[in-house]
Amino acid sequence: MQVTVNGESRALTSALTIEDFLRNLGVDPRKVAVERNLEIVPKSTFGTVRIEDGDRLEIVHFIGGG
Amino acid sequence: MEPTKEGDFFEVAGRRFKSRLLVGTGKYKDFEETAQAIAVSGAEIVTVAVRRVNLSDPSQPMLMDFVDPKKYTYLPNTAGCYTADDAVRTLRLAREAGGWNLVKLEVLGDQKTLYPDVVETLKAAESLIKDGFDVMVYTSDDPMIAKALEDIGCCAIMPLAAPIGSGLGIQNPVNIRLIIEQSNVPVLVDAGVGTASDAAIAMELGCDGVLMNTAIAAAKDPIAMARAMGLAVEAGRLAYLAGRMPRKMYADPSSPVGGLI
Repeated sequence: MQVTVNGESRALTSALTIEDFLRNLGVDPRKVAVERNLEIVPKSTFGTVRIEDGDRLEIVHFIGGG
Repeated sequence: MEPTKEGDFFEVAGRRFKSRLLVGTGKYKDFEETAQAIAVSGAEIVTVAVRRVNLSDPSQPMLMDFVDPKKYTYLPNTAGCYTADDAVRTLRLAREAGGWNLVKLEVLGDQKTLYPDVVETLKAAESLIKDGFDVMVYTSDDPMIAKALEDIGCCAIMPLAAPIGSGLGIQNPVNIRLIIEQSNVPVLVDAGVGTASDAAIAMELGCDGVLMNTAIAAAKDPIAMARAMGLAVEAGRLAYLAGRMPRKMYADPSSPVGGLI
């Protein structure tokens, strides 16, 4: 299935949970926030929410800024 | 009640801080310099931006590894947002990333001046406050807009001294003073400070605090400037509380005029 992650298209072989998906990417789930189709995915549900075909995900974190 | 100098705290949205200097975490050479400058400045609140994780290299160092969110209060901003919708969306993500609801709202109107779009700012503030956020709001130095933002429930009003990153210092001290006099929430000068005297002037006008980034990060020696800013904010605050002498047209001798030989 195809998903869009941070504006880029990616192919996924299975319906991963957000948590597994982040870990596969090498991202520490504790340090990021995820938006799925413009809705916030609460951190407490990272382990249960599954990515679906066509999902648009934003994965963000804090960086230096004024 | 006028606070004593020893028990003088900066209080915003029910939280108390010793330092009245708030600093940004952008534009530094590296995270080591960022961390050192913040430590030397004495700031307890630091602004941070929310951006996409770089998925091509997710192992690169993160701000949180150098500036401990347990030690400093992270104040997520909406820098780069030009609409109320983008700003609200950004801060909802920030709340989920960090778990706190104290935020800095800024909605920009123009890329050249980075001047705030106050209409969009009002819209965003209203929606964030309804959603339970404590909103410290960046705005123009217009007292009417400042009042409107306070009336809808913003927990701090943060007028610009001059355009973001310009280092021009306080361009309109009269308006800043008017905003301070009319406000029942903290007023902080945010943006435009260039050097230590600018920060001291803001505090002498009666500001509750000063927020800056470029003035420290773009100094030749950011660590030394961070210390200078900490001292200037403290000096300006003490001078404000002490109450300056009246201005006079003519001289007034400091030594007694009686007993001259």
